[in-house]
Parts: sequence; C-alpha cells; structure tokens
Amino acid sequence: MSPTVHIAGSLLAAAAESVGGSGPISVDDAGWFLNNAWLIPLLPTVSFATILLLGKRLPGKGAICGIIAVAGSLLLSCGAGVNWITHRDSVGSHDGVPAVHRSLEWLRSGGVDHDVGILLDGLSVMMLFVVSFISLLVHVYSTDYVSGDSRYTHFFAFLSLFTAAMLFFVVSDNLLQMIVGWELVGVCSFVLIGHWWEHRVNSNAALKAFLTNRVGDVGLLIGMTVLFFAAGNTFDTLTITKRIAAGEVGRTAVLVAAVCLTVAVMSKSGQFVLHTWLPDAMAGPTPVSALIHAATMVVAGIFMIARLYPVFWTGMSIEGSSINLLAVVGSVTLLFGGFLAFTQDDIKKVLAYSTVSQLGYMVMALGVGAWTAAIFHLFTHAFFKACLFLGSGSVSHAVHSFNMKTDMGGLRKHMPHTHRTFVMATIALMGLPPLAGFWSKDEILVGTGGWGLFGGTQANGAYTSMLVMGMIGAAVTAAYMIRVVYLTFYGEYRGHGRPHESGLRILLPLYVLAFFAVVAGFLNLPKGFQWLPESWHERFGHYVEPVAAYFPHIGHAKPSWSLALVSTVIALAGAGVSWHYYFRRVRHRSAVERMSLTELPDGPVSRGVVPRAVHTLLVNKYYFDHLYTGVIVRIVKGPLARLAYWFNQRVIDGVVDGTGRKSVVAGRVLYRYFDQGLLDNLIVDGSGRTSDSAGENLRRMQTGKVQQYAAVLFAVSAVIAGVFIMVLAW
Amino acid sequence: MTDFLTDWGLTLVTFAPLLGALIMMTVPAGKTHTHRLVALFASLAALVVGALLLVDFNYGDAGILQYVVDRSWIDVINSRYILGIDGISLPLLALTLVVVPLCVVYSWDHIPHPGNPKAFLSLILILETGMIGTFVAQDLILFFVFFEVVLLPMFFMIGVWGGENRRYASIKFFLFTLFGSALMLLSFLALYFLSSDPITGDPLRTFDMRVLSDVAGAGILGVTQVWIFAGMFIGFGVKVPMFPFHTWLPDAHTEAPTVGSVILAAVLLKLGTYGFVRIAVPMLPEGAEVWMPWIGLLAVIGIIYGALGCLAQTDMKRLIAFSSVAHMGFVMLGVATLTDFGVNAAIFGMVAHGIITGMLFFLAGSVKERYHTLEIKRLGGLLVQAPRMGWLLGFVSMASLGLPGLAGFWGEFPAILSAYSPADGLPVGVFRVYMVVAAVGTVLAAGYLLWLLQRTAMGSPKPEFADNDEIVDVTPTEWIAWLPLLIGIVLFGVMPGLIFRVTDPAVLTVLTEFLG
Repeated sequence: MSPTVHIAGSLLAAAAESVGGSGPISVDDAGWFLNNAWLIPLLPTVSFATILLLGKRLPGKGAICGIIAVAGSLLLSCGAGVNWITHRDSVGSHDGVPAVHRSLEWLRSGGVDHDVGILLDGLSVMMLFVVSFISLLVHVYSTDYVSGDSRYTHFFAFLSLFTAAMLFFVVSDNLLQMIVGWELVGVCSFVLIGHWWEHRVNSNAALKAFLTNRVGDVGLLIGMTVLFFAAGNTFDTLTITKRIAAGEVGRTAVLVAAVCLTVAVMSKSGQFVLHTWLPDAMAGPTPVSALIHAATMVVAGIFMIARLYPVFWTGMSIEGSSINLLAVVGSVTLLFGGFLAFTQDDIKKVLAYSTVSQLGYMVMALGVGAWTAAIFHLFTHAFFKACLFLGSGSVSHAVHSFNMKTDMGGLRKHMPHTHRTFVMATIALMGLPPLAGFWSKDEILVGTGGWGLFGGTQANGAYTSMLVMGMIGAAVTAAYMIRVVYLTFYGEYRGHGRPHESGLRILLPLYVLAFFAVVAGFLNLPKGFQWLPESWHERFGHYVEPVAAYFPHIGHAKPSWSLALVSTVIALAGAGVSWHYYFRRVRHRSAVERMSLTELPDGPVSRGVVPRAVHTLLVNKYYFDHLYTGVIVRIVKGPLARLAYWFNQRVIDGVVDGTGRKSVVAGRVLYRYFDQGLLDNLIVDGSGRTSDSAGENLRRMQTGKVQQYAAVLFAVSAVIAGVFIMVLAW
Repeated sequence: MTDFLTDWGLTLVTFAPLLGALIMMTVPAGKTHTHRLVALFASLAALVVGALLLVDFNYGDAGILQYVVDRSWIDVINSRYILGIDGISLPLLALTLVVVPLCVVYSWDHIPHPGNPKAFLSLILILETGMIGTFVAQDLILFFVFFEVVLLPMFFMIGVWGGENRRYASIKFFLFTLFGSALMLLSFLALYFLSSDPITGDPLRTFDMRVLSDVAGAGILGVTQVWIFAGMFIGFGVKVPMFPFHTWLPDAHTEAPTVGSVILAAVLLKLGTYGFVRIAVPMLPEGAEVWMPWIGLLAVIGIIYGALGCLAQTDMKRLIAFSSVAHMGFVMLGVATLTDFGVNAAIFGMVAHGIITGMLFFLAGSVKERYHTLEIKRLGGLLVQAPRMGWLLGFVSMASLGLPGLAGFWGEFPAILSAYSPADGLPVGVFRVYMVVAAVGTVLAAGYLLWLLQRTAMGSPKPEFADNDEIVDVTPTEWIAWLPLLIGIVLFGVMPGLIFRVTDPAVLTVLTEFLG
C-alpha cells in the first residue's frame, strides 16, 4: 500500500475515534481528589521546609517526614486516578473529555492576569502516580542505602524538594509554571549529583549537568516566548494548545517554537547532541540516579512534548510525513546512545546510556505521531529502569564499586534476590514478550507506520527509516543488557571480600518494581487479541490520551502480528549474539584459562583496523566531551573571557585613565601659568603619599584632587554645554 | 492620622535619617554604642513611617501619585518642593528602607578599618536620605539635588574605609558620576526652557515632573528630544552602569567596604534605571524611540560582556561586581522594549538585583572577614568550614543566575520575553536578536556563578586555612542582617504578583505614549 492510502486510512480512523470539538475543554469540578490536586505537590514542599528547619531533630533524621509526605502524595494521586477514571467514563466521547482546570492569579503585567493553577487530565494524573510511586520506593530504599552518610538529612530534604518540584511541573496549567518546575527539578538534580561535593569529579558532573541544561533552557525560554505571543499573549496551556490545534496560529511561529522546545528537550531528556551530561550525572547517589536520572526528571522533556503536542504536531507537520526533526533526534539518539553502552565498564553508565537510548525511543515515538505509545513507554520504562538502577545500587552496596570488570562477576550466588529482580527488569527492557517493555516498544514500532507487510499499520505517516532504526535499537539493547547481566552476575567473582545480599528495605522496592516491570504492559494490550473482552484493550490509551479540542486528531496505528514477531526475533537475535559471546565463548575461555575473564583476549576489537577505530570512537563517546569541555568551555572561560577583561582594563579604562591623566596635566599647566602661588602646594600635597589616617585622608581629598578633577570636569561639561546650546538654538 | 501621613509622611521618611545624622554630630565620637543606637533608630524610624505609608497606600490606584506634597521652594526658577510616590517608586522606596537598617545592623560588629563608627554610620544615614529623596522627588531640581546628595557620602565611604586602591576607585566613581550628572542637569534645563503647553503653545517654564510627563515632550522637536535624551542617557547610563560607562563599578565595589558595596549594588545603581523609567522615557517619548534600539544594544553587550568579565576574575568581590553589569543589562533591555511587560520586568529586576546582589556582597564581606582574602584560588571548602554560609552562597548564587521560583527570575525572563515584541516603532527584528543574545547570557550567568560556587564552597579547605579558628559559621548579627533579604528572595520568587501588581498600573501610565 502506498503512504497516501495509509494517511487516508489514518485520517478516517482519527475522525472516527477522537472527535473532541464540541464540548468544553475544561471543567473545574470532577471529584475531590482532582479538584484538590494542588495538595499533591504541596505535601513534599512542606516536608522539605520541615526537614530544612528541624533537620536532624526529626524522627528518623528527616527520612520519616519525607516518606510520610510522599506516601500522602501517592495516596492523593491514586485518588485522583480513580476520580479521573470515573470522570472519563461519565462523559460521552462525542463531546470530548474536558480536563480539570483550576487557577488563581499569580502575577499581573500589562493589565493582564497570569495565573498559577492545576491542569489534570489522563496524562498528568498518570505522571502524578509514576512520580510519587517511584519517589516513595526510592525514599524507602534510601533509608538503607545512604544510612551513615554525613549528609543523610540533607539528602532527604532534597529528595522531598525534587518530588515537590516534579509534581508541581506535572500539574502546571501554564507555560510559566512549567518553566519554574522545569528549572527547579534541574537545580535539585544539580544538588543531588553533587551530593559528595568534596570530590572534584562530582562537582564537575553537577556543574556539567546544570550548564548543559541551561543551554537547552535557552531553547525553552525562546520557545515559550514565541508561543506566548503566537497564541495571543497568554501562557495558558489549554488556550495555546487549543488555538494551535484549531489552526488559528501562524504556522511559522509554531514551527520556530517547536524547534526551540526540541532543543530544550535535547538537554533535559538527554537527546543527542546535548546528552553528555546524563552519564556523568551518575556521580550522584544511586537512588538519585534511579529517581531523577531514569524514571522521572529526564522524562520531563517527553512530558512537555506530550503536554504541548499540538505545537509539535502542527509545527513539525508530523502527519503524512516520513521524516521530521523530532523523529530524527529520537531515532539517532536511540541508536547511537545504545552503541555507547557497549564500551562502558561502570554498570551505572551502561544503564545511563540505556536511558538515553530509551528516551530516544520516546522522542521518536512522539515525532512519528505515536503519542500513546511514547507515554506508555515512559510509564513502563519508569518501572524497569528504576528497578535496574536500584539493582545496580544493591550490587554496589555489596561490592563497594560500580566497575563490572574489576569488582563484580558471579554475584548470582551471593545475591539471589537482586539477581532475580535485575534479570526480570532486563528482560522487560530488552522488549521480550510478555514483559512490559515488549508492549510499549512494539507500539512505538507499530506507530512509525513504516511497516508495509500484511496490511501495514496505518499510522500517521510512513516513517520507515525510524522503524528500521528502532528495530536495530532493539537488537542493540538486548545485546548490551546481556553483557551487563553476564559481567555482573555470572562467571566468577572478581572483587574483594565476601559480597552479601542487601537488606529488606532495598529488596522490597526491587521486588515491587520487578513486579510492575512484568505486568505493566498488560495495561495497554493491543486490539489484536480478539478473544479478550474489549474492556481489556488499550486501557492505558483510553484513559491517558486526551480527547478534547486541545489535542490534535491523531491516528491510531493498527496492531500487527507480523511486526511484533519480527521485532521480537530481532531482539532475540541481538541477545543471542551477545549470549553466545559471553555465556559461551567468554565463559568457556575463562574455564580454560582458570580466571574470570570479561572479554576474549583475541576478540573482534583486536583483529582489525575498523573494529578498533569504532571501539576508540565509542570509548571516547564520539568526542563530544572533548568538543564541549575541551574546546568550547575552555575557549569561553580562557581566552574569550580574558580578552573581554583585557579590553575592559586596557581599552576602556585606558581611555578613562588617559583622559584623567591628560586633564590633570592640562590643569597643572594651566595653574602653573595662572595661579602658581596659590595652588601649587595643593597639587604637590594632593599627589603625595597615601596616608592611613582617615581624618587626614578625608581632608586631603576634600581639598586636593577632587577639586582639581571637578574643575576639569566642569570645563569639559561647559564645552559640551556650548555644543548643546548651539544645537538647541539652531 | 491618615491626614498627617498624607501631608508629612514622605517628608518624614526622607529626612528622618538625616535628622539621625545631625543628632550623631552632637554626640562625641567615643560613644560608639550611642552612635549605633541612634543610627539604628533613625533608619528604623524611616522604615516604620515607610511601612505605614505602604499599608495606607491605595493599591487600586497605584498608577497615580499618592501622598503628594506641593510647596513652594525656589520660586525664582519656579522649582517646587514636590514629593509623591506611585507604583514605580514604591518598591524601590521599600527596598531602600529595608536595606539601610540591615546595613546598620551588620555594621554593629563589622566597622571596617580604620573604624570611627560615628562618621561611618552618619554617612550611611545621609546616603539614605539622598536615595529616598531621589525616589520620592517629583521636581527635577529636587530630584537632582537628592541624586547628588548620594554622591559624597559614597565617595568618602570608599575613599576612607575602602581597600588598598581606594583613592583611585573613589575618585573614579566620583568623577564618572559627576560627569554624567552635569549632562543630566543640562538636559533638565533644556526641558525647562523648551517645553510648552500642547494646547496653547505657551512655554511652561516648570520643573514639575508630573507636568513634564503629561505633556510628554510637547513643543520639543524630535531631533532636539534626541539630544536632550542623550544628556540624560549619559547621566543615568553612568549610574546604571551601562556598557561602556561601567568601568567605575568594579573598582568602586572591589574597594568599598562591605556595607558600601551592599548599598551601592542594592540601591545606588537603581537611581539610574529609575531615572530612565521616571524621567527620560515619559518626558521625551520621541527621543526614547530613537535611542532605545541603541540602549538595547548596549544592554545586551553588557549582558555578555559582563558575564565574560566575571569569568576572567580571580577575586570574588570583583566577580560579583562584574555580574552587576550583566544583570543591569537585563533591566535595561526590559526598559528598552518600551512595553509594559518589559518595564515591569525592569522594575522587578531592580528590586531583585538589589536584594540578591546586596546579599552576595554581604556574603563576600563575611568571607573576607574570615579568610582575610577574596582571592578565589586560595578559597575552597567553605561548605566544610562554615556549612550554613556555604549553603547561603549556593542559594543566593542560584537566585542570582535567575532560577525560577526565586526573585531573580522575574526580572530576567519577562525582559527576554518582552524583547520578542517591542513597542510599535522599534525594530522588531533587531530586538529579537537581542532576545536570543540575552537568553545566551543566562547560560554564561549560570557558568560564572556555579564556577565560583565550585571553587569557593565545594571541595576541601586549602591547607593554609584548614585549622583556622577564625572561620566560624554565620553569626547571630549576620543572621539578623540577612534573614529579611533571604525571605525577600523566596517571597518575591514565589509570589511575584506582590511587586507586579503594584508596578503595573504605574508602568501603564508612564508608557501612555507608546501603548497607543
């Protein structure tokens, strides 16, 4: 089938499914939990303030306070979820499903009020749940993981602040509020990455994270500004998205805004070419990596695109196309981020690049119009990636290192629970059925619309190249995860001492997350399973995807058994190659040489020029860090800054001082001829030694130099005044 | 009570500090404690009266002048004693009234070398009268007098209590400002002679700022307005300071005693920007329209240039001083757009910069007192030795780099935003370029501030200071002096409406000519 037919089909499907024009776009009452959702970010805020003020005097040194607050937020979020499901089911889909919107005045400028408020629909309610849920587990985990740390209380204070900021960002109803939340999570990330700031490496990583995000923020600020004016001087998200969805806003402005916001997403969500900070951010404590740098903060960019989807839908002309900026950024990231995971020895860095790659999947999905798939992947990824990170923390807790090659191996025997949960999450990440990652990844691939066999998938466009990259990415993902599992849990133990399994407060979150990593995918079963009752199909999409005038009419791809089969085979192939290499050949060679090997000594890298060159390229992370830190930052901090300062001291001040000095000379000459006797003494005095005695100093200045300078000055002024008066008179 | 406040409130606020200074003159220099008390009482008295005025202020009508006093003063040139405040003066007045008592408190046990609290504190009080007077005066000559009153106390403060290079710095400060004021006075005179009644065409011969704003340059040719504006531009621009008239600032700040730096950053610089908003723009709208693209250009040059200057600094205090050049660039960019959004942002930016940079200078002063140096290379590990102080430095740096949720953001982002769509008649394309440059400036701001934080607060203390007992955490006096500022940073960051609500109507009045 040709792409045009695809598009026609998808348009029809869209027309049939999401008609959201006639009803109101928002209501201000849909159940207590939705109406009072502002309490959800408020609770952790209060917790932050409490821990800040009372600190170590609190029970549990502040940890209990944080846990109670976040548990409260989780309960309220669940309540909001129940309210939303009721609300969603109670309105007919023909009128659309209005979001819940409540606000009050924040500031007033130019006679116009700008509000602060809450905006709740399926998307934000889902995010509220994910953030508070993962945050709660991370809180519990941290009570063990960071116990004994000298800044234990401080750590929990900032976990609370981060949770508050993230929740505030999620419920925001306007661009201004979004910017505030966006930056506040960034600053929490900065503080927590630099938690152990005694070491230069950590503070460097913190600075890098913050500054790279600032670069992206330039895009954010400009993009939001363009939207503000394009939509008629308003920050209100619903108004802006509705106007753009209705085609009332100029196309160019929307395109510019979309491109600028994409830059912001590139930094926050670790997309190429602004991804370099995320792996370095692993310098922070592991719970922070799990919560902030895997499950929640880094998906802020994804959330923003989803929230402002009409901007990208219209601006990037997603519909009916086969390529656009968002899709390219996402697909390049998912592939090239995945490659980088192969050469890392630090288990957290592998996971970090994996996060970069998975975020790439989400951005690509949004770029090809697979909105629900992207958000569903965000949802499932939060569970399995948090599980993997917390699992790596559990491992490092036992072996006191993150280096897989020197300090791990064979941990399966020592840490059975960690091993079990880690493997479950790994399979979920690899996208093998029937675990969570399979369903969400498959939906993304289907959503590209690039699958033409057996009737195709009829999505919004024909993004075939994205489909290909996504499939290769699946093989890559499977391969590097097998490597991690082998190096960490199989072979013989290479570290020191006797590793031991972690305690209950660490294992419990791991099991909870592993459970979700297994089952979360069933929330959005595709329509392909005809033998299931219809109320089991696409539940996630049904409740999360907006059906209202503030959301574009996107098409929904048809599930494809053939595609699912092929992508699974490809993932299995990637896993198989890697499995063969590590579990067969490396293991065999280890047995032969009676030592725990991590690579084959005569492996592919040692054999040819090309593999070696690729390996060098990957080890150097495509030389981005050299370019950013070594070239750009160094030039700005060094020569450029010095040049500006030299200009300041030598050129500008040179003129100033020169003028001053010449004036003094001129004054002296003048005085010597006209008023020698009277003023000569004063000049000599005035230009004399500096005295420390205040009174004398004061007197001297009063009578000496100042008068001299002032005289010169007034002379100069008089000349200018003459010019002035001449001009005026003329 | 209300009547009394209406008639005498502003006069009292303005001259209470001066009265305090006069009382101190009569007390012998040796009675240090009495001097402190008098200074504190005088500045607090002004604050109390100011607070009453703030409470009694009619916020619904923030666009029109309130508490207006209009008495004859110098009849021969028709200059009158006119005072009054509206939504633009109010936040700046409040800022001054709060900052000065905090400086007095901080000076309680921090009188810089060579001592003499009597002279030091009375100079602060005289300074306060000058600053308040500038913000409440509604007659150009009166404005000019107050504007100049500020000059001498600051000159002596730098010249007597300053650092090693104090003489050079103080003279540079004095001459630069005086040079600007001379041209400014000429412009005032030109306004006096050239303004005429828009209906009858008769010459007005008045210094009344209310009248001059109302007639908005009537009777003055566009080309003449451009010239008059030029005089004011130099007068106010030196004070702001705008690139390239800024070089007095780093020297003055570096050499000034802590309290002098705080007052300089918190209030003195705002006299310049206030002058633009209050006098230059409304009285010479045609001149403003011609000048604003150039002022915008200098503003964004200042943003980038100031930031680069910061990156090159090796001295903490000088770095903070340079950051003022960049921050005031954002303020001037907001003014240059001639839009309500931009000018509101500018006024917010003035207050925010006053609180935040004032606080940074306090911190720098306290670091200097403990380490006896501000050389960044020798510092480090403040978070280890004085954790609270280290955290405060981090917090204030975050505020200074414009973190949303803290005060600095609301002066910065709206200014950038307003540059996207400047007032009619200004070149849109040019201003959009300014917008992008200013936005890039925020990256550099984060760069120099966090780099400073990393080098001074993080890491471990250098061996030479490792076991130094002098390095203590924040003292009670410091807490008292700093807490109000810290609260302000958070409060205005979370509730920006507190200031925007007051300034907005007054800004709309000032910009009548541009909003059509």
